[in-house]
Amino acid sequence: MGAQLRVYTQKIKSAQTTKKITKAMELIAASRIQKALARVHASTPYARALTRAVSAVATYSNEAHPLTVERPQLKRAAIVVLTSDRGLAGAFNSQIIREASELRVKLESEGKEVDHYLVGNKAVGYFKFRKRASIQAWTGQSETPSPELAQEIAEAVLEAYVSEQVDEIHIVYNRFVSMMTQEPTSVRLLPLEVVEAESAESAEHFPLYEFEPEPAQVLDALLPVYVESRIFNALLQSAAAKQAATQKAMKSASDNADKLITDYTRLRNNARQAEITTQISEIVGGADALASAK
Amino acid sequence: MALTVSIVSAASEVWSGEASQVIARTTEGEIGILTGHEPVLAVLAEGQVRVTDSTGTVHSVEAEDGFLSVDHDRVEIVARNAKLA
Repeated sequence: MGAQLRVYTQKIKSAQTTKKITKAMELIAASRIQKALARVHASTPYARALTRAVSAVATYSNEAHPLTVERPQLKRAAIVVLTSDRGLAGAFNSQIIREASELRVKLESEGKEVDHYLVGNKAVGYFKFRKRASIQAWTGQSETPSPELAQEIAEAVLEAYVSEQVDEIHIVYNRFVSMMTQEPTSVRLLPLEVVEAESAESAEHFPLYEFEPEPAQVLDALLPVYVESRIFNALLQSAAAKQAATQKAMKSASDNADKLITDYTRLRNNARQAEITTQISEIVGGADALASAK
Repeated sequence: MALTVSIVSAASEVWSGEASQVIARTTEGEIGILTGHEPVLAVLAEGQVRVTDSTGTVHSVEAEDGFLSVDHDRVEIVARNAKLA
């Protein structure tokens, strides 16, 4: 077998092995999307109930709360960046990091200093490599985030906010739009933008609702939980989006491997044919030489 | 008219359905809810929530760190940790 032929055979083999791996990863990701989505759906009633409760307080009382009031001077902002722990997900992590740095540039142009809170190995690695500082980082849970993780993150950012170290908090994450689309999204977490649909109504309507204990205390207890549930929802969405991105990336990798295999098989056939042709013409040439020598 | 009750924890929905009575512990004390209750939003104290469903069976749920809201015969109990006892 000629050298050329051997090289092509080797390349085909390697593409086939790669394809086996990417195909397996694609199937694994596909089955995990369903689980991740089920978790998003399971947490939706909680988030919805909390949103309703918060808007009830906002609608039926005119309490101002430190978490909802914008401070007159915004000097420092924090960005929570949600990435995944592992790669092989196409542009999943890089688009988040790009979105976060765009947000940072925007905030800095407004004269604010920016702090970062990182979730996921990919963000941590990116910051470490560029020797950029971050306040706090969480890793190891990006695939199946627990409510406790959301609680920890919420406590950290709320503490920074309440102690006035930062004046606003943003969160950047991949929103799960569909199996094919993940949208990098940045949302301002604090101060809260509570949807006040009927706040224009006059104050006489307030006594409709009874708060136990006082509205202020209810808000005190309610808002941190609300923030936590928003963070938890972002974590779950990001986890589902990661699986979808992995599936997409692995599918195109498998397709690419397929294409490579076809291309190399053609080349190999070509090389084999050329080899045979050479051999035949050598034999014919040799026979001719022998015949004419007689 | 029965109460529409849903009890949800951070991770999932724990119980939902029609009920005739809900008893819960708030920070101010026990509160019992029947149909036609005025709208309330209360902070729950740690403890049991007891729901009597339309057949008369009592379901108890351990709830921690949560809220109770009542609005137009819709009772929502939202707790970070909640499970059927």
